[in-house]
Amino acid sequence: MDLCDLSALELTQLLRQKKTSAVEILESTLERIGSVDGRSGVLDAGALSEEDKQKVHAFITLTDDRALEHAQKIDQQLARGEDPGPLAGVPFSVKDIFCVSGTPSTAASRILANFKSPYTATAVARMEAAGALMVGKVNLDEFTHGSSNESSAFQPSPRNPWDTSRVPGGSSGGSAASVAAGEVPLSLGTDTAGSIRQPAAFCGVVGVKPTYGRVSRYGLIAFASSLDCPGPVARTVSDAAAMLQVISGADEHDATSAPTPAQDYLSTIENGVKGMRIGLSPDYFKITYPDPQTGELLIQPLPAEIEKSVREAAEKLAALGAEIVEDVPMPNTRFGIPAYFVISRVETASNLHRFDGVKYGLRTTAPTADLTQMYRQSRNEGFGLQPKLRILMGMYVSAAQYSEEYYKRALRVRTLIRCDFEAVYDPNGKYRLDALLTPTTPTTAFAMEAIYGNSVLMQYADQLTVAANHAGVPGISLPGGLDESGLPIGIQLLGADFCEDKLFRIGRAYEQATESAEWRKIKPQVLR
Amino acid sequence: MSESITVDVFNHLVGLAALELAPDQADYLRTQLNHQLKVIDELKAIPLDENVPINLHGVPYEKASSALPREDIHKPFPDPRSILAQSPQVDDGYIIVPDIPHTTLK
Repeated sequence: MDLCDLSALELTQLLRQKKTSAVEILESTLERIGSVDGRSGVLDAGALSEEDKQKVHAFITLTDDRALEHAQKIDQQLARGEDPGPLAGVPFSVKDIFCVSGTPSTAASRILANFKSPYTATAVARMEAAGALMVGKVNLDEFTHGSSNESSAFQPSPRNPWDTSRVPGGSSGGSAASVAAGEVPLSLGTDTAGSIRQPAAFCGVVGVKPTYGRVSRYGLIAFASSLDCPGPVARTVSDAAAMLQVISGADEHDATSAPTPAQDYLSTIENGVKGMRIGLSPDYFKITYPDPQTGELLIQPLPAEIEKSVREAAEKLAALGAEIVEDVPMPNTRFGIPAYFVISRVETASNLHRFDGVKYGLRTTAPTADLTQMYRQSRNEGFGLQPKLRILMGMYVSAAQYSEEYYKRALRVRTLIRCDFEAVYDPNGKYRLDALLTPTTPTTAFAMEAIYGNSVLMQYADQLTVAANHAGVPGISLPGGLDESGLPIGIQLLGADFCEDKLFRIGRAYEQATESAEWRKIKPQVLR
Repeated sequence: MSESITVDVFNHLVGLAALELAPDQADYLRTQLNHQLKVIDELKAIPLDENVPINLHGVPYEKASSALPREDIHKPFPDPRSILAQSPQVDDGYIIVPDIPHTTLK
């Protein structure tokens, strides 16, 4: 086993015991990236070679010089007997939707391809202040608009390390792929409808969507501001907890960051699940799909393998002393996608108006008669199809004559979704849950090009995750086994506001209970 | 399938969105918008009591759980030149843009 295959907490321990150095850890990481990642994403990449199709392509930009300088500083601090921070020497990748001073911050869009941020996002600054080494910026769906990573303007787009003919999920697909392939133990992603949890499920890693406001959004290039949540992707629950501990907390630069203090998750993570009440909801065991011919929405049962993984997890947690509560009603879950189609589009149309070829980013080189034509031409050249689609829908459903019918109605449906969660976590209510246990995704990783282009079907990939974004509650996706094709299955825990500690406890207990399972011994394809 | 977003409505939206689209892009986008609208129309069937309030951000922001407003103090950015350097066209500290079209206010 190489250093880069160890967990973040194992690496910090080895470093403090002086059994390795930050520079050695970084060298192992860069070697792994060199062997599995292939060429980085670029604009106008040309046709893919057969070799391209076998690689992961998680990264857009490598920041190895920055990481090396930081690693050397950490080794010097350790030599002087100083504390270099709780994540000292741990390599991490950053979804390229975060601004990092001096690095390209592209949002995987042509319109920001030449943008170098003059400042650094709070979550990234906190990781580096904790001693973590930023090794690069990873690919995503353009402006996070997707669930497969295929919409990136920077190609080749990431591929799933378990089967490189499959998507890694999205939009934090580069994050999940880089962690699954052992390129980094930690990655910073964002989750607006499931964009951390869905790719974590597809790539067999741990992904956390914290409570809205738990982690500052300062420096995050906004998609849907009332839904966006930065969060960790990791290979173990404890690593994810350690990372969230570092990046969470109030931030004077983000008025929506909660003043709730950051918690010491690691101090309670081994406390087990005895006495915890964990719910199963029938509303998460059925899925909705648009009929390809008619567009009618059809309800189907969840694939049997995925349901089996969730029910087996419930049995394991029951054996550890948790009380499993069946038949928990979450009746408004199915309205999550229709409401999201409205709310997220209105917010993104507003947020993307700032890209106009004036202050930063792409300006058309074509001759333009006036400012208006320059705006239009620059935005046409700079945005890909997915941002354009979302802007147009946002303009439509927020128009004065439709706002009551669509936007305001969607915001009221959001209240119903929130009420579902409040009812089941109410300590004086009928269910008094500590968490809901659900599948993360309606399918395992789908084939590249199988869905891309069908914007409705792609959006339904998030149908089991998006409700948590509407409600603002935290969620975690855990590896829960492999399907018959050897692809990872994700199981999800959803908790009450600011109760990430409980999700980590349950996740850790499940991780220990499945430690010796056969599927845990199987490595992703690119590492075999 | 009847189309709520007709060519005329679509072209109006394109203008509002400050975009210019090639015909093939326009076809694709308008088709997808109409497919999405069919899903969005599901919202109309939800029985909503008139007292159900709107929810803007999931987690409630009450006084005790909200950040205090920042002090209203001017804090200059340490390196404004690095901000200006990102603009496609700058001259002597000013951002340059093409002529602003003349509009007569009614």
